[in-house]
Parts: sequence; C-alpha cells; structure tokens
Amino acid sequence: MTLTITKIAEDLAAGRCSSREVVDDLLARIKAHRALNAFISVDEEAARRDASAADRARGAGGGGILAGVPIAHKDIFCTSGVKTTCGSRMLADFVPPYDATVVQKMKAAGCVMVGKTNMDEFAMGSSNETSFFGPVRNPWDRDRVPGGSSGGSAAAVAARLVPAATGTDTGGSIRQPAALCGITGLKPSYGRVSRYGLIAFASSLDQAGPMAQTAADCAHLLSAMAGFDERDATSLDVPVPDYAAALGTDLKGLRIGVVKEHFAQGVEPAILDVLREALREYERQGAVLVDVSLPNSSHAVPCYYVLAPAEASSNLARYDGVRYGFRAAEYRDLEDMYKKTRSEGFGPEVKRRIMIGTYALSAGYYDAYYLKALKLRRLIADDFARAFERCDVLAGPASPSTAFALGAKNTDPVSMYLNDIFTIPVNLAGLPAISMPAGFVGGLPVGMQLIGRYLDEARLLNAAHRFQEATDWHARVPAGI
Amino acid sequence: MVACHGSTLHRIPLLNAEDIEKVAHLARLGLTREEGQAYAQDLSRILGLVSQMNAVPTDGVEPMTHPDEAGLRFREDVVSGEIDRDRLLAVAPKTRDGLYLVPKVIE
Repeated sequence: MTLTITKIAEDLAAGRCSSREVVDDLLARIKAHRALNAFISVDEEAARRDASAADRARGAGGGGILAGVPIAHKDIFCTSGVKTTCGSRMLADFVPPYDATVVQKMKAAGCVMVGKTNMDEFAMGSSNETSFFGPVRNPWDRDRVPGGSSGGSAAAVAARLVPAATGTDTGGSIRQPAALCGITGLKPSYGRVSRYGLIAFASSLDQAGPMAQTAADCAHLLSAMAGFDERDATSLDVPVPDYAAALGTDLKGLRIGVVKEHFAQGVEPAILDVLREALREYERQGAVLVDVSLPNSSHAVPCYYVLAPAEASSNLARYDGVRYGFRAAEYRDLEDMYKKTRSEGFGPEVKRRIMIGTYALSAGYYDAYYLKALKLRRLIADDFARAFERCDVLAGPASPSTAFALGAKNTDPVSMYLNDIFTIPVNLAGLPAISMPAGFVGGLPVGMQLIGRYLDEARLLNAAHRFQEATDWHARVPAGI
Repeated sequence: MVACHGSTLHRIPLLNAEDIEKVAHLARLGLTREEGQAYAQDLSRILGLVSQMNAVPTDGVEPMTHPDEAGLRFREDVVSGEIDRDRLLAVAPKTRDGLYLVPKVIE
C-alpha cells in the first residue's frame, strides 16, 4: 500500500472508501510492524471514532482535502487528553490538558490522529537511540537507525503506516530522518508554524513541519499547519499562501545554487554522484546551476552546540518535579528532590546537553561561548543572504551518509553531532529547507536538501514536486512493506 | 590553533571532576562518580569541537539571538483563562487545596 494524502482524498471524495476503512487498515499495519517501534502510543478507539465522525461530516458535505485523512503526531506535540512523552522518562505519564496549535489546526482541517510517534528524548539526537522508549528501526534495514530526532515519524511514513506525520526540526530533526528513511520532509521558516504546545528544546531554532511521501502532500499539510498564532511570541503575522495551488510552475530559469562546501570531502562519494544526477534532472527541466559558497557553514556545528544546549538548559529547567511530570520517589529536601528528579528523569544525552549549556552560560564563560556563538550565527546567516543574491534555491546533501548501523555512533557524541553538518546552518539562519528522496546508495535512500529564502516555502515545494513528477525515488517502498 | 573538524588539535579546555560537580549543581543534576567522570570526558570533547569558533574573527559582528524576520512580539499581560486551573493542577505530582506540594523550605 502506497497511499498518499492526495490519493486518499481522491478516494474519499469519490466514495471509493471511507476514512474508517483507511484507519482500520492502517491500525492493522501499525500492529503488524510493531517491531519498528515507530509509535510511542496508538489510540485505536479514538482514531476509529474520529474517522467515523469524519465520514459522517463528509456525508453532510464540506471539508477540505485533509478531511478524514489519518496522520500521526511526533510525541513532542501536546495532545489534550493523550499521553505526550517527548521520548523521556520525565514525561512518560504526562497527559497534557491542552492541544498544541499544530494539533488543533490539523484537527480543524479534519485530520484523524492515529497515534504519537517515537523520537529522540526531548528531540536531542540524530539516530532515535536516545528515546526512553527504545530506538526506532529503519524500514529499509532494521539494523540501521531511521535518523532523528523525528525518526518515528519518518519510519512510520516510510513503512506506509500513515500517509503523513508531523515533525520538528531544531538542527535537522525533520530533514535528516526524512533523508535516511526515503521520504519528503519540510522545515518551514522560523516563525511560519506556531510553536505553542510544542515541547521546547531550543526556542530560537525549533520549528514544526510536515513529513510525507511527496512534496505535494507536504504542501497540503503546510497550508493547514502554518499561520499566525498570538500564543507564540515569535509567530509571524503574515498571510499563508495556498502551497498546493503553487505546484506545477515550470522550472525554466530557476537558479539553483550548488553549495561548494556541501559537495566536498566528508560526504560519501556515491551520495554526491546521486545528487549530481538529480541536478542534471533539474537542468533538463530548464534550471540553471550556479556555484555558490557558504564559507562560514563549517563553523555551524560548533556554534549550534553552544546555542542549542544553552537554550535547552534554560528551557529544561522547568522539569523540577513540582508542576508536572516525573518526581523522584525519595528525597531529603527540596534541592535533593530537584536533583534526584532530574537525574532519574532525564537520559544521558539530555543531561550532557544541559551540562554543556549550563557551562556555556555560567559566569566567566558567557562571552567566550554564548556571545561568540551568537556572532558566528550572524556570519552564517549573512553567507546565505549573499548566496541568495545569485540564486533562488540552494542544493546539497541532507546528510553526509546514508542510514548508519544502530549503535555505530553511540559512544562518541561529537561524531553523532557531525551528522547534522548540512542541516544545522539552515536552522541558525531561520530559513526553510526540504529533504526529498534523490536516489539510493547500497539499497539505502539518499536525501537531497533544497534550501530557500525566508518564507519561500512555495518555491521549495514546487521544485521538489517537479522533481518528483519526473522521478520515482519517492515512490519506492522498502522490502517487506 | 588549527581549525579542523572534530579533531583534538585545539587547546581543549579539559574539565576536571570539580568543574563537573559545579556545573551539575548549577543544573540541579545529581551525578554518580562514574557519571561525573564520563561527563568530564564528553564535555571536554564537545568543548574541543566548540573551540573551533575561536578561529573566526568576530570583532564588531552584531550578535544574532534569533532570525531577524521573526521579531519578538509583546502582548497585553491579561489572564486568558483558557486552561482550567484544576486541569493544570491535576497533572502535578502532589497538590493540596489548589496548591503544589513540595518539601518544607522554611522551618
């Protein structure tokens, strides 16, 4: 089964199937593929009830393309009355009393939530191995990681357990797992999608976005997710275009910037061959390749590993065992309660990042680390601004390697961090970027990243869509699925 | 200093057990001795990566706290009351009479 949102919507509209039938089928698939560990929770009863309600609503007329379409939410989005763990023991039993804005908006669009997907703890990880609920397995090779942190969402879409899922991306957490699982994932511009009810990691970098089989599906999802929200202080008060309506524009004269530093040493050569072939497809469609340079992008990983942990150490201070979440069983006094709660509730990678952030922000080190990183962030963003004077989108790999083996990078945090070398600069600058399947190396999917100007999601989605009309990499399905 | 990815060619600020204990206390994390040793090693490694920043001159560069386009917006400080107090208290580990319960802090 390879149903996309577009196909499901057609079938629902034509009366060829009901939302309830689609949901029943997917729930059975989720059960059959439980070994992937893509989901943290599945609420079958609620999914069936909501699907039947969607069918009744459709019978009464009305509803857009997403009405009755099943989706999954990354377990970082608060869902009213439904357990939201963020992949952590700290929130293992947390049932939020409200919906995230994204959840609310997708409900309003008629989507039926089938479950909450697995993820790296507090979205800190690039392999999904830091989840308190165990690693997710890559549907293309179960001994390999799906990427992270939105690995459950990526694996669920790749295994066709849901046509689409939400993700969040702080340093590559939508794009890298999308690349490693062979699906399409979009990180919108910072401020495009509300962060309200999205459990915070690094607030100046976090952004939610869609993950699906195709760019066309991502366009429908983004139209539903995006928009101003007064409850998010950095939400942008600008109109939301109809992203799907903009699909189909031809690419004649589109200037694609080929990032010199991204086609360099450190990337598997076979991945670069795949990407060069993808660029030839763009040339066949009339696009023009332009060589560009992002000279400061090599400093993005060090810069990010100051800023993201600094923001995280502050954001995660709220987990103190007082207002919600886990509290240690035994303690002597208040401080002991804080320490035991946090030590037992957080896993090793989360503690590592809290420690780094706390150190970087502590007296005497602020200028050398935090302030220095903020200045580098400016230089990295300025590089993009200069590149976009000469081109319309930038192209390169989404990840330096295909999916790596479970456990392969667990022992050295730095080697794990370097996975996100091509995705992190984009978050620092706040730009939109998409990862889409561009081919295979050794039977594993390769993702191509396209980066756009601020708020230029429509152009990215169209460029990815035109590529997907001419290729079928996005339609390939793992064996046994 | 030589800038080179992930290498240990830099002057690495090595953290000792005492530094780790201090940082852990600031972050209100209790660590075992073994954890402390592991974190001393990990954090030194990460700071080695981070120290590559020093190779870039940044004098006179305006710090960037968040993407320029997304300005920080203020709102009126008014009670929205969109989530019921009892529902918020219901997710707390311990409450009584509408209050959060914690160990005694004032004798």
